[in-house]
Amino acid sequence: MLIFEQSHPGRRALAQAPHQPAETPDIPDELLREEPPLLPAASEMQVVRHYTRLSQKNFSIDTQFYPLGSCTMKYNPRACNRLAMLPGFLARHPLAPVSMGQGFLACMYELQEMLKHVTGMPAVSLSPAAGAQGEFTGVAMIRAYHDANGDTARNEILVPDAAHGTNPATAVMCGYKVHEIPTDRNGDVDMEALREAVGPHTAGIMLTNPSTLGVFERRIEEIAGIIHEAGGLLYYDGANLNAILGKVRPGDMGFDVIHMNLHKTFSTPHGGGGPGAGPVGVSKRLEPFLPVPVVGFDGDEYYWITEDVRPQSIGRLSAFMGNAGVLMRAYIYARMLGSEGMHRVADYATLNANYLMARLTDAGFDLAFPGRRATHEFIVTLKRQQKELGITAMDFAKRLLDYNFHAPTTYFPLLVPECLLIEPTETETKEELDGFVEAMIRIQQEAENSPELLKEAPHTQPVRRLDEVRAAKQLDLAWSPAAE
Amino acid sequence: MPFIPHTESDVKDMLAAIGASDIETLFDEIPDKLRMGKLTGVPDGMNEQEVTRLMMERAEQDGRPLCFMGAGAYDHHIPAAVWEITTRGEFYSAYTPYQAEASQGTLQLIYEFQTMMTGLTGLDVSNASLYDGASGLAEAVLMAVRGNRKSKSGRILVPTTVHPEYRKTTHTIVKNQDIELVELPYCPEGGNTLVDSLAEYEGQDIAALVIQHPNFFGILEDVDVLTDWAHAQGALVIAIANPTSMALLKPPGRWGEKGADIACGEGQPLGVPMMAGGPYFGYMCCKQALVRQMPGRIVGRTIDRDEREGFTLTLQAREQHIRRSKATSNICTNQGLLVTAATIYMSLLGAEGLRRVAQACHENTRKLVSALTANDCVEPVFNRPYFHETPLRLSVPVEGVARSLHAHNILPGYLMAQAYPELGDALLVCATETRTDADIETYASHLNRTIDAQTKAGCPVKPKMA
Repeated sequence: MLIFEQSHPGRRALAQAPHQPAETPDIPDELLREEPPLLPAASEMQVVRHYTRLSQKNFSIDTQFYPLGSCTMKYNPRACNRLAMLPGFLARHPLAPVSMGQGFLACMYELQEMLKHVTGMPAVSLSPAAGAQGEFTGVAMIRAYHDANGDTARNEILVPDAAHGTNPATAVMCGYKVHEIPTDRNGDVDMEALREAVGPHTAGIMLTNPSTLGVFERRIEEIAGIIHEAGGLLYYDGANLNAILGKVRPGDMGFDVIHMNLHKTFSTPHGGGGPGAGPVGVSKRLEPFLPVPVVGFDGDEYYWITEDVRPQSIGRLSAFMGNAGVLMRAYIYARMLGSEGMHRVADYATLNANYLMARLTDAGFDLAFPGRRATHEFIVTLKRQQKELGITAMDFAKRLLDYNFHAPTTYFPLLVPECLLIEPTETETKEELDGFVEAMIRIQQEAENSPELLKEAPHTQPVRRLDEVRAAKQLDLAWSPAAE
Repeated sequence: MPFIPHTESDVKDMLAAIGASDIETLFDEIPDKLRMGKLTGVPDGMNEQEVTRLMMERAEQDGRPLCFMGAGAYDHHIPAAVWEITTRGEFYSAYTPYQAEASQGTLQLIYEFQTMMTGLTGLDVSNASLYDGASGLAEAVLMAVRGNRKSKSGRILVPTTVHPEYRKTTHTIVKNQDIELVELPYCPEGGNTLVDSLAEYEGQDIAALVIQHPNFFGILEDVDVLTDWAHAQGALVIAIANPTSMALLKPPGRWGEKGADIACGEGQPLGVPMMAGGPYFGYMCCKQALVRQMPGRIVGRTIDRDEREGFTLTLQAREQHIRRSKATSNICTNQGLLVTAATIYMSLLGAEGLRRVAQACHENTRKLVSALTANDCVEPVFNRPYFHETPLRLSVPVEGVARSLHAHNILPGYLMAQAYPELGDALLVCATETRTDADIETYASHLNRTIDAQTKAGCPVKPKMA
């Protein structure tokens, strides 16, 4: 039942608003609202109960194993939330002077410094609000760099066909054409196609390494050489940074710009779809183009570096400094991990992924790229099950919900048919992984013996499979009392 | 390794199952020469007790000034229930609701949020949010250019009364897409956008007119006249509106004859702490005809196989994960957790509660203006009606006054000369419902003393009128 359907005219949470309405005689009548807006009319307890109950209809990391590939659903430490929400931080007005924010700015500056070290990039800006905005920032800087050099004939960005959809969408937002590069059968970039595509029109390439296929791009240095020789720049999509944290740095691989998803690698919450934070790191030659503001430190005081001293900056990406509260959670997480803890992230994320891959292979599942190491994730393809049993990756995914496991990422990357992209993360126990394997084995048996169990799944959730065609055709995007 | 659960025997068993001698072996596809050594530049790890100590010290170091600053972020009361529920693990640590059956909580909440935002704005549909108000304006501009099929120009009229950082952000985001942002001047006496200033664009091809109301100065614009003018030119109207104000003021969907076409703005006033600038959320609503041009996630209500009501992400064919280079935007993330907070906030406040908050903010700001302008060295910059913030001009250098008030732990307001040098020594001041009469008196008395100290003779203080 919707909160609106529990409303009664005249009911309110009385503790939550001023005791009396105030007069506003100076506001002209013709500018005042005539009808009150449609908002709930409920008591405080009704509201608390309603949203608590809604929360119980969600899967989450705190309640379920969530092996969603490319999303890095690791444990979000409670301390990061509690400490980022200390009253002193929450009360900081974004435009308050730096003299009244040295504690906050110290955290931001130290986060910038740590991110430089883990990525091998000499300069960092924290301001992008999410991964896709970090991508936009990266490509906008590449464009600003070429423009500043008078190199305006470069009109194309190369994107591997395995890339996230945000990559091509971002390139277009920056005014570039997109040229897709195919993948070879081992999951690496097709070098021949790359060589053919590169030329004086190449502005740069957007790469994720490890790629979204769950494998490390072994010829990354060669790729960097080809692109740089043509005068292009390399952009690193940090979606999979968890796989290499403390092992290898994008800066050392030859990348010129990188964005990081702090809501993945640095364990800030996914929040049911955000907020994220997508800081960017750049090589020296791109530093002048970094978005503002950046936090500076003169040895005595922390301060904002703004457009005044960065005239070539691509500019601002939001009204203030970005998602400060998310950055704060990432900072606290980084301080708790410390140097040794960061090295171990990739170790154990990779151990868990390879273990899960080995056990699923033993259980008879097919890998998209057999013979390759898993990175922090890997791909199982259910093409055979689809052909022999008519069971799809979607059926498996929905049936996993009945076993109380969140589904892996399905149907991405697009080029692997009937795929499950599985990322267990480093914070899961061996027992949890074993439980997942057992569920997969049982679902496979069900697929062979009683396929309708899968076709009709899920059976245990608040709703069964939803009519998505109806959702898109008979649009119902907001409740209205008249329609009920 | 504070959050890694593996015991030594786990590791041994797992490596045996993999057939690897040690964890290092698992990285053998990375070329040796690329491998990094020890991570320097990151300090040793801290346990929870140690990091708590550190963060408490840092948070306390920043004090908690008495805030009279608005300018796009507002210090409102946030009911305790809002963040208690929002940070429940089931909301906090869930992913984007792509697996609809296992995400009905988040999906229903977003549907309720969309309903509330359409109610507030008076428009037909809402998305599930964007990053913030400023980037939301950029997306609204791109959307208007796509949606206005009569216009070929990509030309957008943007009054200088629109938040200066919103204008800068929009420029950053749209500048590579053949869009022209044309700035409109404001009336020096009224602080509003003059319809006369639009005359030179009469009959030209304009994709959209942006109207922020209340505008950055807090001043109320002639929304009806501006909206009708734009529609007569074949331009769309993009409204930027503070959500608190919409509980009191005529909403964008009722502006002029036909109403604004798109409304966007900063959702922070709806239960989101100021938190140094984010995370906040941008809301976006529009008329039904434009829904397929809208960026970002949208939730729809539908039925399941047993014909039970359920919720799912819909119209995904607009989005980057399906359309890739042809998507309406590259946006992927929405600000889910903030939308959760805002939905609970709006449910607790209701229409009457939110209207009272709006009224109380406005009343407090009027009291503040009256208390501060009792000093002859302080006067309002503009003579038009405003809502809950307005600029005041000082006859002494404002930087020195501000510094002195900072020393007394008061945030006196936004220094207008940063973005509007022509306004000189002016402060944009705001007092929300959380400021008391005593707070206002504290500000006024410190201001008077500071001004006295700055002007040798001192400015005489008029007797209080109210």
